Amino acid sequence: MAVGTTTLAPVTARVSRGLWGDAFRRLLRNGPAILGLACIAIFVFGAIFAPLLSPYDPTVGNLVNRMQPPSLAHPFGTDLLGRDEFGRVLYGARISLRVGVVAVFFGLVLGVLIGALAGGAGGRLDAVLMRAVDVLLAVPGILLAIGIVAWLGRGELQIMLAVGVSYTPIFARLLRGSLLALRESDFVIAARSMGASPARILLRHMLPNALTPLIVQATLALATAIIDVAGLGFLGLGPGDPRIAEWGEMLTDSARFLQSAPYLIFFPGAAIVISAIGFNLLGDGLRESLDPRLKR
Amino acid sequence: MLKFIVRRALGAIPVLFGLSIILFAFLRLLPGDPAIAILGQHATPELIARIHQSLGLDRPLYIQYIDYINGLLHGDFGYSIINGRSVLADFALRFPGTIELTVGALIFAVGLGLPLGRLAARHPNGWLDGLVTVVSLFGISIPIFVLGYLLVFIFAVQLHWLPATGQIDPRLGLEPQTNFVLIDAILAGRWDAFVDGLRHLVLPAIALGTIPLAIVTRITRASVIDVSNEDYVRTARAKGLTERRVNSRHIMRNAWLPVTTVIGLQVGGLLGGAVITETVFSWNGVGSWVVDAIQNHDYFVVQSSILIFALIFLLVNLIVDIGYAFLNPRIRYG
Repeated sequence: MAVGTTTLAPVTARVSRGLWGDAFRRLLRNGPAILGLACIAIFVFGAIFAPLLSPYDPTVGNLVNRMQPPSLAHPFGTDLLGRDEFGRVLYGARISLRVGVVAVFFGLVLGVLIGALAGGAGGRLDAVLMRAVDVLLAVPGILLAIGIVAWLGRGELQIMLAVGVSYTPIFARLLRGSLLALRESDFVIAARSMGASPARILLRHMLPNALTPLIVQATLALATAIIDVAGLGFLGLGPGDPRIAEWGEMLTDSARFLQSAPYLIFFPGAAIVISAIGFNLLGDGLRESLDPRLKR
Repeated sequence: MLKFIVRRALGAIPVLFGLSIILFAFLRLLPGDPAIAILGQHATPELIARIHQSLGLDRPLYIQYIDYINGLLHGDFGYSIINGRSVLADFALRFPGTIELTVGALIFAVGLGLPLGRLAARHPNGWLDGLVTVVSLFGISIPIFVLGYLLVFIFAVQLHWLPATGQIDPRLGLEPQTNFVLIDAILAGRWDAFVDGLRHLVLPAIALGTIPLAIVTRITRASVIDVSNEDYVRTARAKGLTERRVNSRHIMRNAWLPVTTVIGLQVGGLLGGAVITETVFSWNGVGSWVVDAIQNHDYFVVQSSILIFALIFLLVNLIVDIGYAFLNPRIRYG
């Protein structure tokens, strides 16, 4: 007798792999996000392997070969000093990505510190910190960055600081808002009633739940950071060494030759646009995959 | 309503106060002595001491700050250390140019962004929606200076349709009265100058207005889609109203709210973007003035102009908030 054999119903619901696992799977199915990742990958690859991809030294020119249009030997042409434009765009990716990533990371850390203190502590500290954030928000971001570089002097570190500080209020506001919303949620009240210390509630219960909008915002901020870093270079507030290849400075240097050598504007310009598109697409994709309700 | 306005206006005071302290501290405490910036290679200890004395830099910091605030409250924003001109006078001379540029950019952004957003929202995820999404993605990803040079290359260098730089052809000999080129042209009854001013404005306004265009388009699209799914819209359709009436009276009237806020928020970005746009197009406005001041280490101009920018930004935000409260009674009484 075949009594007692229970047949299990076929499993139709997909097994959840946790928030991050699910989000990652959704991200991989998001076409635009994958395109964005590909754009970013091209530039990271180019930045890392620049010495292998371009046989020329980006800081040394050959005056005999100056202002050459794109050719097989120089796919992006050569600049006023006869330097290979292709190599300079690749080496420029190093600076843009490095400065952009460090600046956003710096802004994120500072913003999380301020936001967590304000949203976690509340009361008077919250009021004081938020007024300070209002002060920073009152100055348009790029102008704030310009002011800081003007005062601190030119240099890569100064640009990282300047751009990072200009993003700090955005992250601080965002985190504080999420924390305020979480303060009255059931699991926080439960933790509080079990006698968890305020620091433990903030670090173990509230912060992990407030992270996702920060991650999305940081990815989108990378796009604007690359544009802002190039903008500073364009205004003559770049790293300060004219030999260094920086996308914004390359554009300023070539602006005079718009008529005779438009390719000198086109290639560094396209590099900025493609990397910004990459981070924008990835950011939007992350937003949709971390919070599927947003997808329309 | 009046209470709301007063409360919001008072809220801006601590922000300005804090900003003045930060700007003051930056100027006095960080490396880079203004005296050395003025003197350059000719700096000797005696000359530096003399400049310190004439600028009041030898007195205690708190006295310097009180003096500075006192000056600000009396409309004295300091003087350029390069040419001795009043910061406020120079600002007033150049601000009209920036207003013309920003208003032009805003008209471009809102005038094109609203219809594009509504068009995209009509068939969400259709081909038109996809096209609008791609265009707005490019809009937020292209830096002003890259787009500016691209526009100059296509429309000025290649096609010769529009002028590349400046605000007006100087050969037209238009006498400045208000320093608003377009208004001056109207006042002088010079139709040719007005058209020339407009032609000069087109490319910079597009370069500056593209990021706000992308943002206004995205928000309009999202907002219209949101409202279209509301029950009252379905009710309006169910009771047999024409699609046109549903659109104008039921959807757009409610979809406007988030759009107005976002348009107001763009003003800060436009002022920042004007700095770069004016540099690309040799536009005679506040932005290119600030860039010149930075390159000349003219600290007082940089300090005061950032403060004036913040003042304008806060003022615009205040106006937007009031307008928003006017449109949405829930904010007023909330």
